[in-house]
Amino acid sequence: MSKGKFGYYDPENPMKDRITDIGPPHYWQMFPPIIRRNYGKWLYHEILEPGVLMHVSETGEKVYTVRVGQPRLVTAENIREICDIADKYCDGYVRWTTRNAVEFIVDSEEKMKALKQDLESRKHVGGSYKFPVGGTGASITGIVHTQGWFHCHTPATDASGLVKSVHDVLFDYFKNMTLPAKLRVSMACCLNMCGAVHCSDIALLGYHRKPPMIDDEVLDKVCEIPLVVAACPLGAIRPVKVELEDGTKVNSVRVNEQRCMFCGNCYTMCMATPLADKEGDGVAILAGGKISNRITHPKFSKVVVPILPNEPPRWPTVCKTVVQIVEAYAKDARKYERLGDWAARIGWERFFEKTGLPFTWHILDDYRLAYDTYRTTTQFKFTEHAWAVSKAAGGI
Amino acid sequence: MSAEGQEHLWDKEVEGHRTYEDVRIFTDEQLKNYTEEELKEFKIKHDTPMADELEKGPWPSVISDIKREALHRRKLGQENLQGPMECCEDLLGQLELSYIDMETHWKHGGIIGVFGYGGGVIGRYSDAQEKFPAIWAFHTLRINQPSSKFYTTDYLRGMCDVCEYRGSGIMNMHGSTGDTVFLGAVTEQLEPIFFDLTHDLGVDLGGSGSNLRTPSCCIGKARCEFAMIDTQDMCYEMTMHYQDELHRPAFPYKFKFKFDGCPNCCVASIARADMSYIGIWRDNIRIDQEAVKAYVAGEIAPNAGAFSGRDWGPFDIQKEVIDLCPSKCMSWDGNELKINDAECVRCMHCINVMPRALRVGADQGLCLCFGAKAPILEGAQMSTLTIPFMYTEKPYDNLKEIVDKVWDWWMEEGKNRERLGELIQRFGLRQFLEVLEIPAMPQMVKEPRSNPYVFFKEEGSAWWLEERH
Repeated sequence: MSKGKFGYYDPENPMKDRITDIGPPHYWQMFPPIIRRNYGKWLYHEILEPGVLMHVSETGEKVYTVRVGQPRLVTAENIREICDIADKYCDGYVRWTTRNAVEFIVDSEEKMKALKQDLESRKHVGGSYKFPVGGTGASITGIVHTQGWFHCHTPATDASGLVKSVHDVLFDYFKNMTLPAKLRVSMACCLNMCGAVHCSDIALLGYHRKPPMIDDEVLDKVCEIPLVVAACPLGAIRPVKVELEDGTKVNSVRVNEQRCMFCGNCYTMCMATPLADKEGDGVAILAGGKISNRITHPKFSKVVVPILPNEPPRWPTVCKTVVQIVEAYAKDARKYERLGDWAARIGWERFFEKTGLPFTWHILDDYRLAYDTYRTTTQFKFTEHAWAVSKAAGGI
Repeated sequence: MSAEGQEHLWDKEVEGHRTYEDVRIFTDEQLKNYTEEELKEFKIKHDTPMADELEKGPWPSVISDIKREALHRRKLGQENLQGPMECCEDLLGQLELSYIDMETHWKHGGIIGVFGYGGGVIGRYSDAQEKFPAIWAFHTLRINQPSSKFYTTDYLRGMCDVCEYRGSGIMNMHGSTGDTVFLGAVTEQLEPIFFDLTHDLGVDLGGSGSNLRTPSCCIGKARCEFAMIDTQDMCYEMTMHYQDELHRPAFPYKFKFKFDGCPNCCVASIARADMSYIGIWRDNIRIDQEAVKAYVAGEIAPNAGAFSGRDWGPFDIQKEVIDLCPSKCMSWDGNELKINDAECVRCMHCINVMPRALRVGADQGLCLCFGAKAPILEGAQMSTLTIPFMYTEKPYDNLKEIVDKVWDWWMEEGKNRERLGELIQRFGLRQFLEVLEIPAMPQMVKEPRSNPYVFFKEEGSAWWLEERH
């Protein structure tokens, strides 16, 4: 490859020798030979132990896969170490999963064992594992997450720090297959929900709690006002003319604070409406979503904790609450039951009781089709929540 | 140069394939330029007590990783780097500041790119540039990943060299949509990086903005017995066919393709793609009765051993399979497993539980669902079942015809920043069916409408017939 400031690129002739529209490298060349030979011929698979899969082909060949957790945000140094391992054990092939784990594929059990031992022995100087093996079967695998304070302009929380903290407290669940079903945790630092927050067993979501501040002086210069108005799901933004302190009249917008629920979409469209706030911002927890069609339909995750504080660098309250939910589920749910299936079977009133999470009015839907989420039946279970209402109403 | 003829660029089984030696920037000495001892002693230029806390605990620490990249860069020296040498250190410094302020320190937006394209690069600037000059600009390049994210180390090492030499040495493996992501390039290095990517590594940028985003797929037939469509090939073919739509935004908003080999949806197409391609079969589940007996006898662990970390008792086929079947179309008399396939909804549960005894049907195709999106603006949506079954063959012309019909409609009717799913919601599924030129079917709904606010068309005399379509 080229060296020097511009390399082979000639800034004087930008269109010279330009290659475009070549797409990705062809996948076939990236397949290990054993994968090529058995492509489309797989018969069955087994999970030999946490983090280790074996696939058996109709040709009789077997491949062994060792899966390791990764933090997604990685350096060239980290990837080179992965390459060293892949060169040593896997003939120079390696892959990533859809949840950002790395998979090393080998063609014999002996290689798999040596590989696994090597992977587990590697640690960062700070003490964390570089390549922890796990994340298969009824476990908690890698947390799909976003950019956070490392790289994004609209987050209400950090991604990498929060995810590392949660992974540390859930590490045993990554290493072992002890849950009633797989449990997917995901994280997004604002409600654009890049990734999988709206459809995960447990989801962490950065959330604001204060309306945007309007920078009248620059708004009309840097934003398209109709786009800002149209960006609001609740119609809380209207265009206005305002007079600045120096007497000049400018076009700007006003937010009806009673109708703003702090989604931040106006800021996505317009840099003059920032809403990040040290005390206001925090993390909401959603639960009960899934993607697969297994037994039950795919489900959205539901808000079960409206807000918890940002507490960098370790987010202890969020971690504690996640563990609370996981443990209640692990203890109570039946085999094959995803978290959302469990909550649906026992009823959400029982979910709140068993997890010990407080139920507040924030959890009652009030957006458009909200009525469909209310309980239009007399089928319910008595819990402390019910007695509290009866008491408050003067009924008991 | 184009993709034509590049199918074997990195193919180790083909004579004359490209290797890392052909593209490398750094020497071996430069790559191994620090010891474990030096790393232990190494302090970055900022004090980061909070970020340092995240070096503890078992899960791989991003902070520890970035520190070794920081040391590596220091030892390389600015004379051997085109990106700022201290960018990793300033990045950690700014993160520490964010931990103190509990706010991001990235400025809003940033419009940046490479000539010829309208997307693929996301601009980013620090709002504390005087404190952290090495990350004054910290742009992202999305790079189109190979289907299912298989790599050769030759290719990856080449990626590492260019990312480190011209960028920050930091990547996301991978972005949620699927791209290989370079984080942290300064503006003037974007074109040189793009030049090296296309000329030496044979790879293009991915998508960003109001366009076709980078398609992605599950592992499919490469290593899964459930895969019913060739997810890798379909993903590659559709990516190549729609390169123009991917690189030059022409849509009302973003549009995503995802390819799942079966209804387990390992790439989450049903939740994260405007057009979800999901493998499916239409004949019978293939049963190996002897293997079923082996499961019942406890000779094979259920669900391939996924539950082996806890004692769930001996496998009970009645309780764990028959009774959990959502359509209750299975029976077991102690000797033979029966499935009433006409009533099966292909949820995959029985196959997932007994992968050695049950196989997906042999008559395979795909089902198409449309409209998934995250909450903004009108609320989150999953893709809705629209076409129950299609055969398709490379180059997938029948799928492309559907894509073109959908895009023609959405590009014409879609409002600014309106996802396909929202357009379907605004116009109604009925109009979407007219666009696709397909009739309605009961499978399109969970249940029929309960309100009687039904529209009828004015024209037509034999209305009781015509209204059916």
